[in-house]
Amino acid sequence: MSAGPPFFQPEDVSALTAMPDSNGEVVVRLRDIGKTFPGVIANHDVNIDVRRGTVHAIVGENGAGKSTLMKILYGVQKPDSGTIEINGQEISLASPSDAIAAGVGMVFQHFMLADNLSVLENVVLGAEKLHGIGDAARAKIREISDAYGLDVDPDVLVEDLGVGARQRVEILKVLFRGAKIIILDEPTAVLVPQEVDELFGNLRELKAEGLAVIFISHKLDEVLSVADEVTVIRRGETIDTVPAASVTSKQLAEMMVGSELPSPSTETSTVTETVVLEVKDLTLPAASGRDLLSDINLVIRSGEVLGIAGVEGNGQAELVESIMGMRVPSSGVVTLNGRDLTALSTRSRREAGIGYIPEDRHRHGLLLDAPLWENRILGHQTSEPNVNGPLIDRGGARRDTLRIVEEYDVRTPSIDTTARALSGGNQQKLIVGREMAGDPVVLIASHPTRGVDVGAQAAIWGHIKRARRDGLAVLLISADLDELIGLSDTIRVILRGRLGQTFDPATVTPQMLGSAMTGADA
Amino acid sequence: MNARTSRLVLAIGAPVLALAAAFVITSLVLAIAGDPIGGVWGQILSLPTDRGYINIVNSATVYYLSAVAVAIGFRMNLFNIGVDGQYRVASFAAAVVAGEGWLPGYANTALAMLAAVLVGAMWAGIAGLLRVTRGVSEVISTIMLNAIATALVAYLLRKVAVDDPGSNITATKTVPEGSRVPGIHAFGEEATIYGLVFLAVAVGFMYWFVINKTRFGFDLRATGQSETAAVASGINVKKMIVVSMLLSGAAAGLVGLPLLFGNDYAYGSTFQSGLGFAGIAIALLGRNHPIGIALGALLFAFLDQQANPLEILLDVSPQIIKITQGVIVLTVVIAYEVVRRYGVRLEQRRVASALEEGVTA
Amino acid sequence: MSLATDAVTGAPAAPHKKLSVGWIYLGIAGVIILISLLRIITGANDLDSSGTLRATLVAAIPIGLAGLGGLWSERAGIVNIGLEGMMILGTFGAGYFGYFYGPWQGVIGAIALGALGGLLHAVATVTFGVDHIVSGVAINIIALGAVQYLAQLAFTGVPGGGQTQSPTIDDLPTISISAIADPLGDLEAKHWFVVSDVASVLRALTSNLSILTILCLLLFFVTYWVLWRTRFGLRLRSCGESPAAAESLGINVIRYKFMAVLISGGLAGLAGGFLALVASSTYRDGQTGGRGYIGLAAMIFGNWRPGGLLVGSGLFGYTDTLRLRGGGETIHGLLLLVAAGLVVMAVWQVRKAGKRGAFITAAVGVVVGLWYFLSDSIPEDLTGMTPYVTTLLVLALFSQRLRMPAADGKPYRKGSSG
Repeated sequence: MSAGPPFFQPEDVSALTAMPDSNGEVVVRLRDIGKTFPGVIANHDVNIDVRRGTVHAIVGENGAGKSTLMKILYGVQKPDSGTIEINGQEISLASPSDAIAAGVGMVFQHFMLADNLSVLENVVLGAEKLHGIGDAARAKIREISDAYGLDVDPDVLVEDLGVGARQRVEILKVLFRGAKIIILDEPTAVLVPQEVDELFGNLRELKAEGLAVIFISHKLDEVLSVADEVTVIRRGETIDTVPAASVTSKQLAEMMVGSELPSPSTETSTVTETVVLEVKDLTLPAASGRDLLSDINLVIRSGEVLGIAGVEGNGQAELVESIMGMRVPSSGVVTLNGRDLTALSTRSRREAGIGYIPEDRHRHGLLLDAPLWENRILGHQTSEPNVNGPLIDRGGARRDTLRIVEEYDVRTPSIDTTARALSGGNQQKLIVGREMAGDPVVLIASHPTRGVDVGAQAAIWGHIKRARRDGLAVLLISADLDELIGLSDTIRVILRGRLGQTFDPATVTPQMLGSAMTGADA
Repeated sequence: MNARTSRLVLAIGAPVLALAAAFVITSLVLAIAGDPIGGVWGQILSLPTDRGYINIVNSATVYYLSAVAVAIGFRMNLFNIGVDGQYRVASFAAAVVAGEGWLPGYANTALAMLAAVLVGAMWAGIAGLLRVTRGVSEVISTIMLNAIATALVAYLLRKVAVDDPGSNITATKTVPEGSRVPGIHAFGEEATIYGLVFLAVAVGFMYWFVINKTRFGFDLRATGQSETAAVASGINVKKMIVVSMLLSGAAAGLVGLPLLFGNDYAYGSTFQSGLGFAGIAIALLGRNHPIGIALGALLFAFLDQQANPLEILLDVSPQIIKITQGVIVLTVVIAYEVVRRYGVRLEQRRVASALEEGVTA
Repeated sequence: MSLATDAVTGAPAAPHKKLSVGWIYLGIAGVIILISLLRIITGANDLDSSGTLRATLVAAIPIGLAGLGGLWSERAGIVNIGLEGMMILGTFGAGYFGYFYGPWQGVIGAIALGALGGLLHAVATVTFGVDHIVSGVAINIIALGAVQYLAQLAFTGVPGGGQTQSPTIDDLPTISISAIADPLGDLEAKHWFVVSDVASVLRALTSNLSILTILCLLLFFVTYWVLWRTRFGLRLRSCGESPAAAESLGINVIRYKFMAVLISGGLAGLAGGFLALVASSTYRDGQTGGRGYIGLAAMIFGNWRPGGLLVGSGLFGYTDTLRLRGGGETIHGLLLLVAAGLVVMAVWQVRKAGKRGAFITAAVGVVVGLWYFLSDSIPEDLTGMTPYVTTLLVLALFSQRLRMPAADGKPYRKGSSG
């Protein structure tokens, strides 16, 4: 590394940056950054200037290269080309410790916390020289926590914390190291609108203290409400940097994808009177403590999309897994077209006509190292055209995989390619095609468009709508409130394992849902 | 280079790389120890004698069965380290049954084989049950069961042993002549190839067929690749764990049979031990593929056979070959891993370039 | 690959209690009273004679050191079942350097060769991302072959040595405080309730104690202090809990994992060296006898913590010692304790875990009790199983309560943050 003291002391940097009237000076200057992964150009000639005392947003659709760029600025990955200047000095960042020493801190989208260590241990880790690993550090954490209203107790285990608290620990980690440049990668993805407002309040405070905040998002309204400047990235290239005050979200969207963003607009109702899936009084106990699900009652009719809104971890995953037979509830009945599914295994439920798009496609939806045609069989091991009695029908499975690749526009050179090699959007299209095959009567779709590009997103929405017109009953779980409002015929809110209010998507706003999701309106 | 050929080159490249590394490291050890490098390799890489070929096929037969038993577990991502204990309790049980000779002729043989399969499956099943009901890792439980098997068999052997005048070896009753499996004569030698070599071939074929062609095999491989995806796809993973442990143990039960019915005709304190660990090494070497395992078993048997005379010819300990075998295993898994990563990158690049062309076309 | 599969997944956080010093003393006192009671009831005086206890210490230390080796490596996220092989390397290192250069050089040699095995494991698992179990198995194979080959080379033709055995190695110095030990011996011989038992414990600790034994015992405390009280230890543990988080804070995860596995190998090597230098006075082929695996089991028994490991290795060392000494009769006495323990546990289970589990536990307890009353001794072959059966039982009964490092056994590659 070419700059920075051997280890970081916050006073040093504040001395460097706290010059009078220095607000607005460029603290981070990225020039011609390029980064290539096998077969993918993640970044290509990226140029960004971030000013002190501002919130600088970086927007782009999934896969545009935002996260890679920030990992480069944080030293996790090395750029293939280009230069990074911090506080006017060109610097090479070989590891996060170089970045930390230069005053850069990062809050990752997936929290970087060790569950089985205490908050104290998580915070001091790697920065033990600042305040030791004992009482001095504990006092410092309390001090920062009080100063910023983060409400963090240093002596609890991280595994006992909820999502919001974990994010505050992450922010505290960054502040503990005295960072002056803070990167937040999609920080609002797991928060409800009200929590987002709180977070933005914190960011404004940091900004006022002269810190530079880099804020990565693809939610344009949020970006416009908090950012001072916005840089748009498309396919790994910087398109432009504009003052937030001078653009609309529509203009930003056009810069992001070259056209208007797709929106899941509601169509005329196709809801019929035929009840397809019914859940009655379902309760799922936890190993200890409060029930994971209590007294769930819901009905989905043919041609209806039932959306479930909720903060992550309030029982959505458990509800889906209970319906799929992956968890055993203590009481309650699930019926499909009047048939009691309670005693059936997951496989029998699938055979009865439940299609399932799992929340985490890498963990639950795919065999990453198996070819696409074997992934076509997964979850449908007992049905045509995949099998012939107890034997696998290789030819049949391959033919049908080709059909899915064609009809669902899965971009792949061949069906012998492993699933791992495909982009997220193409993986998801394969899963959707697979689950739609065999004409399910119910589709359970958990976050069906999470982490996919806009093209695939629009396609998946299209497939769900078409199937709904054909009489499919859909249970839709999503953290994307716009998606829920756009696709659903009915929205219900899940909170602490209980299904609460019912909303009409035609009249509900994201703010109303947010209040219900946190229980703020109760 | 198209996808298929490059995949083939990658698949062959790894073992070749590993063999080369093992050659270099073994030579280094020999050099440091001051043993004649050229002489040792000259002996090991010479053509075996006719008798040697027979020995190689015979010990490869036993290795093969052991490796298949291990491989069944590996395909499920289960580490059956307990093949060693499983084949010993099973061989002992088979020897007792065969020695008693309750049934005449080959019916007796069949009954003894059945006993071996059942006992082997049962012994492995303990580990399977502990895993699914109590969450005990099969790695630890099978290691413990190996040690327990050693003690148990020693105890039971003392109970049932017959006194063989003129020998201090404790052993079960010998298998009646009519229940032994005759060997196959080759090269005009007196020694024969185990008749049960066909058992190994049949087991290999069944392994290939079940794993690759059946729904059960698909479920097994899917569970091995991703337990979470398997659960979501409707596979009863707990049942699969128990069943595949039982199958692995059943195959392990067969390991000692060629020895019992073709060579030893009794289970005694000198019955060959350590076959289970060789099986792990060979399964890794052969990448759990039925043909790969066969080649691996032959390679290990070849090295054993060729190293035997080193002591007499060159005053070099034949144990040197154990170093070679161990290094082959370690380097082959490293090579497979390196090649796998390279293959993943290659494929991603290929996918990207194919899509790129698709866009412009 | 995880060593306690399902044990930790999805389980809610158990309350985290820490043992206070008071509880530890109380526990020790309880054990002494229990054993004393058992000794009086069954008349098996060798249950806790100072001879038995000293032998237990000697038997427990190799197991405990191997377990410590496992603990260091698994706390950094690397599963090490190559411990057995590293121990084997250690026995040869002690034999070779001990015989040709002197016993202390033997200690160094054992550590160095064990660490060499650790280096191999680190290169395979950390650098190349090979599955940890696979690498461990391969190392066990290589180590066994290498040592047999080298031993033949080194000891054939040496007076007192042979293909599979080294000549006698000089002893390491021992410490005896006979002023205390001798009167304690008289007291012990009275076989009084509790008093004699305490005397025999103290006597075992004051007579004929090898310096290496003391040093090895200290390693348990050193391990605790380093891993839980220092910056180095925090970083090392973070690599086993969440390497991605550690990397995101600028910690060189690869380096810590490497160091952990090297230390692990060194400790396993020392365990082997202890067998050759203290437990016997020669290197012998097959000397480790699976103690590397038992060490691993003791570590799991101890819930990946040094204190628990100490208890676990003491327990396994004890049963091993009883087998070698009194053999059948003494272990037969222990059956009563096991039976009583199982019945007590069944009662506890009825309240906590449900009737089915309690029924099974009680049934096993009754069977063990019947075995005690219907027999006089346990056959020698079967006593050899004791540590293994104990391990299986402990794992089967308590594995749900064990908590291994979260990223244990998982491959890690640099650049995985975020």
